[in-house]
Amino acid sequence: MRAATAIRTIAERELLRYVRDRGRVFVTVFQPLMFLVVFGSGLRSSLARSSFGVDYISFMYPGTVAMSIMSVSFFSTISTVWDREFGFLKEIMVAPVSRTSIALGKTFGAAIIAMSQGLLLLCFAPLVGISLRPQVIPAALVIMLLLASATAGIGLLVASLVRTVENFGVIMNLLVFPMFFLSGAFFPLTAVPTWMKIVSSANPMAYGVDALRQMLLAPTAGSGLMPLLLHPASLDALYLLAFSSVFVSCAVLAFSRRD
Amino acid sequence: MPSADLFPAAGRRALITCRELKKNFKKIEAVRGISFDVYEEELFGFLGPNGAGKTTTMNMLATLLTPSSGDAIVAGHSISMDRDGVRRSIGMVFQDPSLDDRLTAEENLRFHAQLYGVSPADYRRRSEEVLRLVELWDRRFDIVKTFSGGMRRRLEIARGLIHHPQVLFLDEPTLGLDPQTRAHLWDYLLKLKKERHMTIFLTTHQMNEAEYCDRICVIDHGQIVALDTPAKLKKLVGDDVISVRPKDPSRVKAELDRIFQQVKYVEDGAYLHLRVSDGHTFLPILLTALPGEIESVTLREPTLDDVFLHLTGRSFRDEPETSKMSRGFRGHRH
Repeated sequence: MRAATAIRTIAERELLRYVRDRGRVFVTVFQPLMFLVVFGSGLRSSLARSSFGVDYISFMYPGTVAMSIMSVSFFSTISTVWDREFGFLKEIMVAPVSRTSIALGKTFGAAIIAMSQGLLLLCFAPLVGISLRPQVIPAALVIMLLLASATAGIGLLVASLVRTVENFGVIMNLLVFPMFFLSGAFFPLTAVPTWMKIVSSANPMAYGVDALRQMLLAPTAGSGLMPLLLHPASLDALYLLAFSSVFVSCAVLAFSRRD
Repeated sequence: MPSADLFPAAGRRALITCRELKKNFKKIEAVRGISFDVYEEELFGFLGPNGAGKTTTMNMLATLLTPSSGDAIVAGHSISMDRDGVRRSIGMVFQDPSLDDRLTAEENLRFHAQLYGVSPADYRRRSEEVLRLVELWDRRFDIVKTFSGGMRRRLEIARGLIHHPQVLFLDEPTLGLDPQTRAHLWDYLLKLKKERHMTIFLTTHQMNEAEYCDRICVIDHGQIVALDTPAKLKKLVGDDVISVRPKDPSRVKAELDRIFQQVKYVEDGAYLHLRVSDGHTFLPILLTALPGEIESVTLREPTLDDVFLHLTGRSFRDEPETSKMSRGFRGHRH
């Protein structure tokens, strides 16, 4: 009971800090849209001529949602490094709550922010020519929450291991791009070299993109989408569940060991 | 080292009992096995230069650091066996700022109260009480970023009190504050002690602040060098101190040793501090005995500076302030 209150309190503060920071809210909403419009339009008119079953921008859209979830949850876990640097972590550490509750609160806070971000982006689906069926939204939310938890777990793991905000930024940049490029957001992972298939099978993003793609695009694309998919969505969800359990546990351990 | 007069106030209930507490950082012995008691409703001060082990000791008592050996009981809970028990019983004000400056004063308090399991009803009542105590009630919905250093420190004290701790720990509470804010903060602390009967444990390297304490524990190089009331500590030095600035220190020292063998003195930079029982009658005798040898002279009551010099052979003022200053500034970079 006490642990639940502690987790909720820590997570609530993360949300409060997020909504308080209007610049960050704006950037995190605007960035994926810009990405979709600029990158998507550019690639569609030149390179992306093969058949995706749907328009290229629509093809990219689920990947953009996943990318946004990943970057928001990574960016949210920076608050742990921030708290350490600005002294607030001491206030949390001297409180009568377990280290596990603190780490879980931080993870859930970041995951909830990232999931709401994904939900917000779903509102823009009609703009890129995607008609969403309302009944897929709960399932998509589950996938988004799982993806957000897995990436928040990675973020908190890194945050527990580094000392400064700068170091956190460097390591995150090192992770964000490979995770994004090997996620299948830009191109389907069905027709790539074997090494890339192997690497991307360890990438939670690949499963998130795969699941979101079939949920969000199925009504628009029909059977043309089938050859581009990796796994059934339920299998993707299982993988994501495994990823988030592993990463969140590692993050909790790393966080508890420190300080 | 621990002797009977380290634990003088027999009969009063000890709220903190610290025994042979030790902390090593790799090869450095930061705290070398110290023992002391803090009594209920006491204003207890840890006085020592930077790096003496004050903060390390306080962090061990607050369960933020694990002792290398030894133990302490805080409000009935062992700092090594029952950390949560200790954490629930203490309020802590850290040396460096520890507020979330993107949240309002009220949000900072609420966060704290929820972590300490204060019920919403209690929170509503107590938040008004503590915010009024530190005169921040009118500013409760303002973002902390807009607060001055003194206001932040007061809010931290309010926060440290809202879960009704049995003892309030303050680590260098006035560090980085201007003299006026310092004086103001001390008014709050003394009010807290008088009206709320709060047990307060603080560290300071300010001699004049230590004067407010009921008892002072002088700590140097991780060891206790004295523990007593400020008045009794000063008695160690004598009734009066005569500080002279000699033209030629070695000649004056030789003369002092020859003529006044019974007078003890310590050297402190360009000054000699003489400990005497009756300065008013001794001063003319001294000046007659050393004609033309002395540039300036002051007759004064002993200060805790003299006590520290007497106990350690070093002056507090010799301590480099640079590292501390930079930390003080860091605290106000927002």
